[in-house]
Amino acid sequence: MAGVGLRGVRKSYGAVEVIKGIDLEIAHGEFCVFVGPSGCGKSTLLRMISGLEPITGGDIVIEGEIVNNIAAADRGLAMVFQSYALYPHMTVRQNLSFGLENVGTAKGDIAAKVDAVSKMLQINELLDRRPKDLSGGQRQRVAIGRAVVREPRVFLFDEPLSNLDAELRVDMRGEIGALHKRLGNTMIYVTHDQVEAMTMADKIAVLRSGELEQFGTPLELFNNPTNTFVAGFIGSPKMNFIKGHVDHADRAMLVLATGEKVALPATGFDQKPGQNVTLGIRPNDLQPAPSASLSMVVRSVEQLGTDSYLYGGLEDGTAITIHSPGQTQVTPGEKIHVGAAAASMHLFDTESGNTLRIS
Amino acid sequence: MGKIASFLTATRGKNGRMDWTDWVSYGYLLMGVLVIFGPVLWLLMSSFKDEAEIQRFPPRFLPYTQETIEVEGYDTPLALYDIVAGEFEGRRLAQIRRVGLVAQMVDPNEPDVRLKVDIADREAIESVGLATENYTELFEKFSFLKFFWNSTFITVVATAITLMVNSMAAFGLSKYQFRGRNVMLMIVVGSLMVPQTVVLVPLFIVTKELGMLNSLWGVIIPAAATPTGVFLLRQYMLTIPDEILDAARMDKASEWKIFWRIILPLSVPAIAVLAILSVIWRWNDFLWPLIVLSENENFTLQLALNSFQGEMTTKWSNLLAMTVLTLLPIACVFFFLQKYIATGIASTGGK
Repeated sequence: MAGVGLRGVRKSYGAVEVIKGIDLEIAHGEFCVFVGPSGCGKSTLLRMISGLEPITGGDIVIEGEIVNNIAAADRGLAMVFQSYALYPHMTVRQNLSFGLENVGTAKGDIAAKVDAVSKMLQINELLDRRPKDLSGGQRQRVAIGRAVVREPRVFLFDEPLSNLDAELRVDMRGEIGALHKRLGNTMIYVTHDQVEAMTMADKIAVLRSGELEQFGTPLELFNNPTNTFVAGFIGSPKMNFIKGHVDHADRAMLVLATGEKVALPATGFDQKPGQNVTLGIRPNDLQPAPSASLSMVVRSVEQLGTDSYLYGGLEDGTAITIHSPGQTQVTPGEKIHVGAAAASMHLFDTESGNTLRIS
Repeated sequence: MGKIASFLTATRGKNGRMDWTDWVSYGYLLMGVLVIFGPVLWLLMSSFKDEAEIQRFPPRFLPYTQETIEVEGYDTPLALYDIVAGEFEGRRLAQIRRVGLVAQMVDPNEPDVRLKVDIADREAIESVGLATENYTELFEKFSFLKFFWNSTFITVVATAITLMVNSMAAFGLSKYQFRGRNVMLMIVVGSLMVPQTVVLVPLFIVTKELGMLNSLWGVIIPAAATPTGVFLLRQYMLTIPDEILDAARMDKASEWKIFWRIILPLSVPAIAVLAILSVIWRWNDFLWPLIVLSENENFTLQLALNSFQGEMTTKWSNLLAMTVLTLLPIACVFFFLQKYIATGIASTGGK
């Protein structure tokens, strides 16, 4: 069972702490995605798991064994790098067999394995070419092939799709997903793209400046974000945040910064009168309705045929995005009323950003 | 060929006419060719002249040899002259010897009669010809092959050691993080500023204490690690992405294997440059071998060339011939590898 566990893992460069104690358990066979904005430490964390980057504190556990002091080569992992990191002077075949040669695999076995993997990844036609003669997508396949051929316990992917064009990225996303199903290995995948995270992951770990913000399945993160950061990061377009406070007279009412009042979805949390809260509504939950309480001015409209996006702002300038299915009659400059169902609203404490549970 | 021809005759002016810039640029280039190739060409021509022709004033460009003839009763062939004035005008005579302003001559058809001719009345019969004995003597009278072997041995072995040592140092200084790395690099680069002549005496003493005087190793070892080489290779290796090394580490490659299988093949352009430089340095090295090697049999070509220049006389004909032979390997190195020099330097030092 090649699960991966992080227990209070820390990393500092001199006085600067970049990973501030992360606890995480990835079960065997899970596809786990580390996601976060650039500079959040996700790639560093991956390199720490791989052993390429030494850790400053905590334990990294692979298959129940603490591997802190085991060299990268001996951890039984394989990594796919952002730049592919293919050996430029070797042919695809040599690239694939290099790792096997290093562990002393017999020549016949190497050939058989390289053959099988290259067929699986459809690169068997390219075996005698050098990386510079391949397209981006082909290089990507070779890089994945180089990882697969060694039959590692865990696969590590470091933003492998960020150098590909949009169309290819979608294809490769599907292929990596399929690969995971076929091999059933544990995979850890780093990306800054939440769409990749949502589409591929069994579990997502959202990181921000070296800290784990939330760890859970994609829908858990989407439906129950623990704070404004996760809520804003997961889901596209971004969730709308509207600042306000709990009404002094009626604790069940919310006064928005614009002065408009909205009924709190529920009063299950320990709210105090005058407490600053932030209302979070996903763009697809916010819909134009003549009777709704929020009024916004539409600044621009995107018509995609099947969907339409309205961008605008409330009276106090808070930016609002609306995603509505179908086509819309709304034109830029128009003032409309919008509202959302109480059940689809998220409520956050403005100071801490944490979710206020609505029950 | 057509391409080369059209390249060499390219003009800025249209329809084959010469623009004034064409005159200037071709004139400038031609001057460059003359300045650079003139001396080499002169050397080549002179190396085929016999001793007398070399000493001749005013000098002639092409090597001439005087026609000679075997005359009965004389051991060596005699030089032939046309007599243009005086008593024997119109005859063709061979010169036996010259005494002052008078030459003793003989008619090849009447070998028994000696004739006295004013030297102003004769004119040598000459034709363009190569004095190849300048070259053959090198092999017969001097141990040219021995010198050549010494030079080759020093060049090849020293270059191999230089590449090995320098690339390992460069790998360490470019791809590993360790305390004192920058200090080390500063020392290496700083030593570039110390001229060799300054350390000549201490270097000599060290070499002597190690018992390497008068051996080829005494020439090879002290100069094996060159700061230029370390710096050049390090700069190049910095451009190799670390991710490739990381990938190799994930592929279970040892650090030695990373060096041998990844770093070295990827550094070939820089290594080629260093190899060429090292070959040129070692081959042309004069001062250090002169100090270390004192026995004739260990001499390199450069030292052998030097030894031709005696205190009293200099055997110019052999000296020039040997110079040509000494130049040839370096010229070949340049000719075949010059594209590496250009691309390699462009991708390393110049950036």
